Amino acid sequence: MITVERLSKTYRVADKQPGLAGTLRHFLRRRQRDVFAVRDVSFEIAPGEMVGFLGANGAGKTTTLKMLCGLIYPSSGQVLVAGHQPQRRHPDFLRRITLVMGQKQQLIWDLPPMDSLRVNAAVYGIPDRVASRRIAELSDLLELGEELTRPVRKLSLGQRMKAELLAALLHEPEVLFLDEPTLGLDVNAQMRVRQFLADYNRRTGATVLLTSHYMADITALCPRVLLIHQGQLFHDGALDRLASRLAPERHVRLELKEPAPAEAFTGLGRLDSLENCEVNLRVEPSSLTRVLAEVLERFEVRDLEVNDPPIDQLIGELFRQGSL
Amino acid sequence: MRIFGLNRRIVRALLGSQYAHMLEYRAEIALWALSGVLPFIMLSLWSGSDARAQLGLDGVALDRYFLSAFLVRQFSVVWMVYAFEEDALLGRLSPYLLQPLHPLWRYVASHLGEQLTRLPFAAGIAGVFFLIQPQAFWIPSLGGFLLAWIATWMAFAIAFLLQSLIASLCFWSEKATALERLLFLPFLFFSGLLAPLTAFPPAVQDWVRWTPFPYLIDFPARVLSGDAVNLAAGFGAQLAWVLLLLPLVLLLWRAGVRRYSAMGA
Repeated sequence: MITVERLSKTYRVADKQPGLAGTLRHFLRRRQRDVFAVRDVSFEIAPGEMVGFLGANGAGKTTTLKMLCGLIYPSSGQVLVAGHQPQRRHPDFLRRITLVMGQKQQLIWDLPPMDSLRVNAAVYGIPDRVASRRIAELSDLLELGEELTRPVRKLSLGQRMKAELLAALLHEPEVLFLDEPTLGLDVNAQMRVRQFLADYNRRTGATVLLTSHYMADITALCPRVLLIHQGQLFHDGALDRLASRLAPERHVRLELKEPAPAEAFTGLGRLDSLENCEVNLRVEPSSLTRVLAEVLERFEVRDLEVNDPPIDQLIGELFRQGSL
Repeated sequence: MRIFGLNRRIVRALLGSQYAHMLEYRAEIALWALSGVLPFIMLSLWSGSDARAQLGLDGVALDRYFLSAFLVRQFSVVWMVYAFEEDALLGRLSPYLLQPLHPLWRYVASHLGEQLTRLPFAAGIAGVFFLIQPQAFWIPSLGGFLLAWIATWMAFAIAFLLQSLIASLCFWSEKATALERLLFLPFLFFSGLLAPLTAFPPAVQDWVRWTPFPYLIDFPARVLSGDAVNLAAGFGAQLAWVLLLLPLVLLLWRAGVRRYSAMGA
């Protein structure tokens, strides 16, 4: 459904130094430099797949998403979505896709969502009867009722987001590009939107590419993730494989009967923290059995846990550090 | 079947929603209608001036001209540059670009919705004018009214295309309102809003007739007020401006969208 080959996007941005001198220099002789937003990205997405698109702020997620839906022209490379070159924005292509951006609105602010839905139905050529049926179905799934007849400005953020989703899906697109669809929503609203997207995908077989800063969105919906970093594709595959790639060590947590000095843990992996009787170690998977046997031999252990580092923590660290 | 991407259902839905949208702003629109009384101020200035003889319009004709100028202005006001600049800067344009309908139609619909909302206020102001100046009261013939209606629509089309041309520059400059101000000055003086075109020296009149400005207020106002006017030349010029501006707008729009897309939409 989506084929991306060596896709790149370069922006030319003004380069201005701060201060009065910088301003004057910028006014007299404008200097520009190229910023590589996306570099040589390639992947394929099959029909019906739900794929998570991860990356820190500025990694190139939204730029890629905008190229896939035709809002941005690529600098180089090839994109095919539903058999179309997106940047041509052919009406048939536009009828088959949708883009939901968490903070950008297509609903008319001062009118109830129903008015915008009627306009969308007309623009997409959906017969009135079909549009009414779809609105009823989708509003049922999204738990929207009388909110559809209240002005958008009077709706809560969660209700607005759900109404935006309804408007974006009224024409039953085959490909959904979702950019932070749960941004700013409370936990319950996030859960409902997630549930809705899973249902929609199951019911219609739509292909979904989803970016989110909430790892819960990705873990709940996307068996496959793409991780983009500094414009380049770092990972394409299952989420757990990403976890082992980002952090190949296992976490071992010990609760000892008596405190022990740091030297006592020599040769037992990397000591993460030591606080009274509580010890956290990081251990290579290949030496895990040996380390555990030695720990039980050396210390009197009250409790022991072996975990993979939580993926959201790993991604969170990655986003914070901005480096791999 | 769609003509220029539109069919009857889309037109109905767009106009219906935009009219409802504008009704939400009815108080503001009433104030806008009131703020359009510049022609009446100019009427009082010209009426008390010795220079009125130069206008070639007697007392009642002058009253009717300025009332007509007010009405034409009410139904040809265009604020495309402001609306578009805001949409482009706030990113509202992106969802419109991803729908199978040219975004310009949305702006046309919101202008028409606003005109419909203005109608009762403009009629009310005209009513008050006739109460104050009963000698100026007239009812145009059906033919004259239809011609004036077409001329006003053409004036709206020219103003809309002119502003769309400037709005398209938003794709490059992001601050097209500054450019719009350049257009406002010649509009103010040469459209007929401050004075009928006949107030200017013949050489200036000849020169101004080659610009779109006199066809925005002066020509339709003269048609509405029943003044003697060369209809063929006026409508011909209006049509010529529409036919000239339309492809320019479409070309600039296409290039602008390409640029907008290149810069990050």
